[in-house]
Amino acid sequence: MELLAWSPPGWGATLVAGLGNTILIALGAYALGLAIGVAGAFGKLYGGLITKDLLAVYTTLVRAVPELVLLLLITFAAKDAINSVLTANGFDPINFSGVAAGIIVLGVVQGAYSTEVLRGAILSVPAGQIEAARAMGMSPSLLARRITLPLMASAAVPGLANLWLTVTKDTALLAVIGFIELTKATSLAAGTTKSFLTFYLAAGVMYLALSLVSVFIFARIEKWARRGQRNATGGAM
Amino acid sequence: MTAFLQPRRIVLIAIGLALVLWCALSLNWTWLPDYLHLIPLAIWRTIWLTVVTMALGMMLAIPLGLAQAVGPAYLSIPARVYCSIIRGTPLLLQLWLLYYGLGSVFAQFPEIRQSVLWPILRQAWPYAVLALTLSVAGYEGEVMRGAFKGVPNGQLEAARAMGMPRFTIFWRIWLPQAVRRALPTIGGETVLQLKSTPLVATITVVDIYSLAKRVTQDTFIVYEPLLLLALVYMAIAGLIVLLFRWLELRVPSRVA
Amino acid sequence: MKKTLLALGALMLLGTAAAAEPLKIGIAAEPYPPFASPDAAGNWVGWEVDFINAVCKAGEMECVITPVAWEGIIPSLSGGQIDAIIASMSITAERMKTIDFSDKYYNTPTVIVASKGSGMTPDAAGMAGKIIGVQVSTIHEAYAQAHFPDAAEIKTYQTTDEGFQDLAAGRIDASQADSIAIDAFLGSDAGMACCEAIGAVADDAAILGAGVGIGLRKGEDELKAKFNAAIAKVLADGTYDAISKPYFASSIYGG
Repeated sequence: MELLAWSPPGWGATLVAGLGNTILIALGAYALGLAIGVAGAFGKLYGGLITKDLLAVYTTLVRAVPELVLLLLITFAAKDAINSVLTANGFDPINFSGVAAGIIVLGVVQGAYSTEVLRGAILSVPAGQIEAARAMGMSPSLLARRITLPLMASAAVPGLANLWLTVTKDTALLAVIGFIELTKATSLAAGTTKSFLTFYLAAGVMYLALSLVSVFIFARIEKWARRGQRNATGGAM
Repeated sequence: MTAFLQPRRIVLIAIGLALVLWCALSLNWTWLPDYLHLIPLAIWRTIWLTVVTMALGMMLAIPLGLAQAVGPAYLSIPARVYCSIIRGTPLLLQLWLLYYGLGSVFAQFPEIRQSVLWPILRQAWPYAVLALTLSVAGYEGEVMRGAFKGVPNGQLEAARAMGMPRFTIFWRIWLPQAVRRALPTIGGETVLQLKSTPLVATITVVDIYSLAKRVTQDTFIVYEPLLLLALVYMAIAGLIVLLFRWLELRVPSRVA
Repeated sequence: MKKTLLALGALMLLGTAAAAEPLKIGIAAEPYPPFASPDAAGNWVGWEVDFINAVCKAGEMECVITPVAWEGIIPSLSGGQIDAIIASMSITAERMKTIDFSDKYYNTPTVIVASKGSGMTPDAAGMAGKIIGVQVSTIHEAYAQAHFPDAAEIKTYQTTDEGFQDLAAGRIDASQADSIAIDAFLGSDAGMACCEAIGAVADDAAILGAGVGIGLRKGEDELKAKFNAAIAKVLADGTYDAISKPYFASSIYGG
């Protein structure tokens, strides 16, 4: 147990630092995914025909190919592509930090899934409200801000909560490309000290704590998003 | 089909095909002949892992879902805890915990090598199957819970009124209806399971992902094996989606 | 205008321009004692880390140690994420097709370790029907695949340690690795209890290479000359021996 202590020879601080990295990347990827998702959902619903098809290709590709393969492809291809564009235009190539690369990769993957979640949520907004707002002469951006987004929030929250839990666990995949987040830190600690069970169980407890706290927070968010709505079934949600 | 093939779609498909053709002609495929004989076995392993773990996991998920939907507290609470733990921790961690964690136990107790189970415990794929199965059971337990709860209560009451024994009600009415409800979700989950299989490469099980990594390591060619790998997974995912669409058509359902 | 400024600012937050920067030295993100392994505080320590510090000091270069996954380390070098590989990477003809190497900085034999009393010999006959463990993407993997065709299975692990772990657990019959890594394993409790080294493998210079060198991108002749000069300096002025003393009984520079 002393292996888990905070200061050396305990590995506690390293594990918590790994957890911090995990949360940091998860937050960044989630935010990026949401941004892509909002753009994608609006594009799929209100965009031109070609936009819809291209977005369909994007979501299908991301949902059909394993995250690990996408991770490797994007990590190498995106860096090369962005840097070649920069060097072609006379700028120096940028070196992406591990955090940035992880955020971009996971964000792109999350974007495809959140597009679908948000699209479903927007479809659940009663059409009459949108029509009334349009009849009032609201501009599209005002409509989105005042009517669509607030109303679809309650329908989107369960799906978004699932996506958050997914992204926190997908950060573990970054361990395979050597980035030091919680799973990799655990593997390093376990490999160096040979106490595999201790460290993997400790990491499991930390991930579980993260997910339980997240579930609690999202339950509160859902309650807030559903304020003023009547309960559909009358029973437990 | 003709409604699908509008002019803009034909243009997009043509562009896509042109991209594929360009990749096939101009990228570096010289490594392909050397590894061609290893590819079918690796693809088979991936498919086999997906199918077997999905099947075993569903068999575990049904009692888990039932326990949570209707069971007494001493069954539903452990089921709930199990599903929460599985869904709260990454699959990679679960895999490593099982393989290397148990491995360290084996190192401490060499007597295990004499037992009759040793040939199985020795290899890597049983751990992959076990970890993936437990993972499927955890996620599908939730799905089946919703499915069992969703079967209209009237059907079960009618069956009970008919005097059907409890097991017959379960086998004839409740389970088939629950599976019917869950079928689209299970199709999606099968694709997700397919996408989880690459993780077994980290515990030395050779699937198609592990083979692509090996090509990269031997030849230092990075993109082409990964692109081919993505193509293989897309093809398998497409097959799974088609299979489940066919299954849904075969299952009669009246949409209210 | 505002948007481009914002974008540039964001890009700068994410990364820094490659020019005018310390040299990023790539080491394997997997522990490889005694050369490089993380301590409890998360810092990398070991002979190779000391060597990196000595070489950078001798060459008057500012270096930053950057752990990268071993199996992606060469693509990371080619892609520019790191500038040099100092990760016990052997100089082989296969790797020379893609990257360049400095002069060697150590050379140790390749040894096979097996369970105690197994009676195996480190050649094709001895390995027939056995399960061998090697680290992925190493000369040991290439060697085993070329020289032990009758092995029952060649299992590849992310790290050498995981292979040793499975050897101690009895999942594999033998593991091939660098003699120093094996000595480190046999010195540990688990290693002492379970296993013994059964000898060095027959040399195959084409696969096993000519020692360990610093990996560099092709065409970086200036950097290569700098590193070669620094290595020569470290060898000549006794720093090499001073570094090796706490770790090894005799010099690992090899012939």
